[in-house]
Amino acid sequence: MADQTLPIAGTVDVTPPRRSTAMLLEWLHGWVVTVDHKRLGILYLVYGIFFLLVAGAEAIAIRIQLAWPGMHFLSPELYNEMFTMHGTTMVFLVGMTIIFGFANYLVPLMIGARDMAFPRLNAFSFWMTAFGGLLIYYSFIGGFGLYGMGAAPDVGWWAYAPLTAKAFSPGHATDYWALALIVAGFGTLGTAINVIATTLSMRCRGMTLLRMPLFVWLMLVTSGLTLITITPLTAAQIMLVIDRYLGGHFFDTQAGGSAVVWMHFFWIFGHPEVYVLVMPAFGIASEIIPVFSRKAIFGYPAMVAASVGIAFVSLGVWAHHMFTVGMTSVGNAFFVLSTMLVGIPTGIKIFNWVATIWGGKIRFATPMLFCLGFLFQFLIAGLTGIMLSVAPWNWQLHNSYFVIAHFHYVLVGAIVFNVFAGIYYWYPKVTGRMLSETLGKWHFWLFFIGFHVTFDTMHFVGFLGMPRSIYTYEPDRGWNHLNFIISMGGMIQAIAVLIFAWNLVHSYLKGKKAGNDPWDAWTLEWAVPSPPPVYNFAADPVVHSRRPLWDLKHPEDPDWKYEA
Amino acid sequence: MKLRKREHGAKAIRVISLPALCFFAMAARAAWADGPEATPSIFAPASTPASNILDLSWFVLAITGGIFVSVGGLLAYAVIRYRARATDDDSEPPQIYGSTQVELAWTVIPILIVVVLFLTTARIIFAIQDAPKPQVALDVTVVGHQYWWEFRYPKLGIVTANELHVPVSTRLEPKPTFLHLLSADVDHSFWVPQLAGKTDLIPNHPNDTWIDPYHTGVYVGQCAQFCGVEHAKMLLRVYVDTPEEFDAWVKQQQRPGEQDASVAAGRHVFETEACTNCHRITGTAAAGTFGPDLTHLASRTTIASGAARNTAENLHAWIEDPDHFKPGALMPAMQLNEEQINELVAYLNTLH
Ligand code: HEC
Ligand code: HEM
Ligand SMILES: [Cu+2]
Ligand SMILES: [Cu+2]
Repeated sequence: MADQTLPIAGTVDVTPPRRSTAMLLEWLHGWVVTVDHKRLGILYLVYGIFFLLVAGAEAIAIRIQLAWPGMHFLSPELYNEMFTMHGTTMVFLVGMTIIFGFANYLVPLMIGARDMAFPRLNAFSFWMTAFGGLLIYYSFIGGFGLYGMGAAPDVGWWAYAPLTAKAFSPGHATDYWALALIVAGFGTLGTAINVIATTLSMRCRGMTLLRMPLFVWLMLVTSGLTLITITPLTAAQIMLVIDRYLGGHFFDTQAGGSAVVWMHFFWIFGHPEVYVLVMPAFGIASEIIPVFSRKAIFGYPAMVAASVGIAFVSLGVWAHHMFTVGMTSVGNAFFVLSTMLVGIPTGIKIFNWVATIWGGKIRFATPMLFCLGFLFQFLIAGLTGIMLSVAPWNWQLHNSYFVIAHFHYVLVGAIVFNVFAGIYYWYPKVTGRMLSETLGKWHFWLFFIGFHVTFDTMHFVGFLGMPRSIYTYEPDRGWNHLNFIISMGGMIQAIAVLIFAWNLVHSYLKGKKAGNDPWDAWTLEWAVPSPPPVYNFAADPVVHSRRPLWDLKHPEDPDWKYEA
Repeated sequence: MKLRKREHGAKAIRVISLPALCFFAMAARAAWADGPEATPSIFAPASTPASNILDLSWFVLAITGGIFVSVGGLLAYAVIRYRARATDDDSEPPQIYGSTQVELAWTVIPILIVVVLFLTTARIIFAIQDAPKPQVALDVTVVGHQYWWEFRYPKLGIVTANELHVPVSTRLEPKPTFLHLLSADVDHSFWVPQLAGKTDLIPNHPNDTWIDPYHTGVYVGQCAQFCGVEHAKMLLRVYVDTPEEFDAWVKQQQRPGEQDASVAAGRHVFETEACTNCHRITGTAAAGTFGPDLTHLASRTTIASGAARNTAENLHAWIEDPDHFKPGALMPAMQLNEEQINELVAYLNTLH
């Protein structure tokens, strides 16, 4: 491998050759006790992908039930458990773990560090999050509900009070929900602290803040936002548990508590949370789009400023989830304005990505296909977001299938698309082998078509008055065909995801060897071998610009001459 | 190879456009119809709040549509125009790092758009939310219960359930209905798309909304805030009556429950079984408030919040086991024998 290594100091591999004589148990033990950021990153990602399949299966169950009116595939109780677990899993066990997986694996490599700032805290955080996931899923067997059967949480992932009060949710399902999220939340806080400390204090020589790759910037902003938002969530969960077990009356409306206070707590977490999920996806796109367009990112300082701006404004928009709750007209108008303002930095980001492509030489490898899908879909998601921010229109669209369509455009069309892009892009670095491009193209096209069949259609049933969270609907409402189409799209996406899972396994065993730098990229992680040695860099690298590998590959035309 | 690719593209377009066509066909049908529709589309307003919202929606749709076409067009153009070609050499394209003028331009234009959108939106918010209540307005208090609606007309002394009756409101004789929204248990949301946007019913947090439907007929909607097991079957029907029909309905609802001697057996069962704990029938011992008022049950078209038509068989099935229509509804199966149920149904059928 040494011959492929680019001459950045410290990239020479000096690990003793690994012998594969370790026993299975030793191997397993190694993964459990590891504090290596790369291994923890892989654990996060594997964990996230596993739950992606689980929550995907729940989505399919939901869509079978709704494919025709009056279906009896799921009982009402089970249906409610399915959509609650689907939402909770996707946000907390898939979204959060996958973004922190990417952060763990990539941030130290990209800033030329050997590990995260606090490796032990890192391991602790992962296992807390993992345990939170197990805890909530254990409710399926251990959640002894009213009838002594296992019962998963069934109050919606937003868990509005007072439905969560003992009076309306007897049994322990809601307790599992609250406790699991508290536990997972502490893990999340730990990782956020770790990412912040790492980016602020572990950068290699020459890597000023304004030379950090955009992915690292976005992870820094995300982690700051996480610290701010997980706190009210945890506080609210603790209050809920106090209500349920110690006779508190925070949200107990029968004793004078307030249902609306819960909504405020939840959404001051919940809205920034969606940015916590989407910003790392922005980061992934900001790495991949330049490399496959063969151009430097357009307007780097504007991109950084827009990211910080989005994070800041997103802390002041939460009540746009509450336009129907009965705020004053002035209150409503305030949140209309603040929400629309988010559109401005968001627009700036989209324009800069398009400008990056402009004048390039675009290579349509699978990672780039997913990123282009992201750009297109995120444009639409932003525009439907503007529609929702128009409070009067929101009174119609809120809690209808239109909202479901909007946030899946963001969560799937933007985030999942970029997560797939990121996996196709960095898998060679992590495993040393390329993912199959043929399977990748199948995956992309099926997923893209399935996505649009499902989620484009959802906007329309929403316009036609179909509310969310219903286990069945009346056959005479004119929603039948559209629902059938939505369900079919779900099946197409499921097939695509199975192809992806197969690709992951198959390419791990049989994939083409990747080498250090298969995409001819520019950031530091591509200077080290694939997979990187435990210590990443034998000696600290030194950088002079945002694209250290570009400078090496083009000594006649280095970036540092142009960067402001 | 090229051709095959194009075919895929065409298929994809067909798949995507199918639902859109379906939808526009329905939206168009609804938009031209005057009055109630089987499909509660937000594109078929029949009341001032809903139609103000629709006007605003068209405006917002036009602006967002314009943004979509221009930015989407630029993106599509860039992707096609700047694709790598087989004839390209290995050189990298010129590197461009940014431009302050360009950044400034695409910051200022969105700001202007936001200002326009915000001002238009704010105007409609105030117009709908702060509309003054005219003297002639009808007052109705709506109480959400787990899986059914209670309607009280405080000035008329009427209590009924699940089917709201209001008078039509015309330009010459405006007669809007102002709804005061309460909840007896958890959060619910009142949503009849053709009449107005939704407003939540939240315990300890009274809300208000209003409608002034200008075509008679039955408008459908349903609860729009997840409220538990049977949230899906918490349907809503709003009957918009002519002034004469409405007056007649009021007179009928104000009468105490009819007591027909031929069904005394059924009344006896009702009064001696637990029914009285939860239901009220004026003129009898039944004074429960946990379930719907049954004083004029026979005057309603549906039972159990729209879960079934109000027929003798359905009443029978409902009393025998409410889970038959609404598994999880908060009325227990009372383990009555066939004879008791038949007597009950006969009695309930006389409650006009
Ligand atoms: C524990 C309280 C309870 C008892 C006891 C009870 N009901 Fe009910 N009943 C309800 C509730 C709650 C509903 C509304 C259910 C829904 O729509 O979800 C209801 C609905 C009904 C309805 C439909 C009303 C409508 O307008 O849609 C009828 C009819 C009815 N009950 C009859 C009876 C009869 C007859 C008995 C006695 C044999 C009885 N109920 C006993 C609670 C009760
Ligand atoms: C331009 C940017 C955006 C705007 C203007 C916007 C606006 C809105 C508005 C107004 C709502 C409330 C809808 C309602 O409940 O009635 C909403 C809901 C939602 N949005 Fe966005 N949004 C944007 C971006 C995002 C992003 C980036 C994400 C996720 C990463 C996201 C995820 C969600 C989710 C999950 C909900 C539904 C919450 C629920 O009720 O369960 N949105 N959005
Ligand atoms: Cu939000
Ligand atoms: Cu409901």
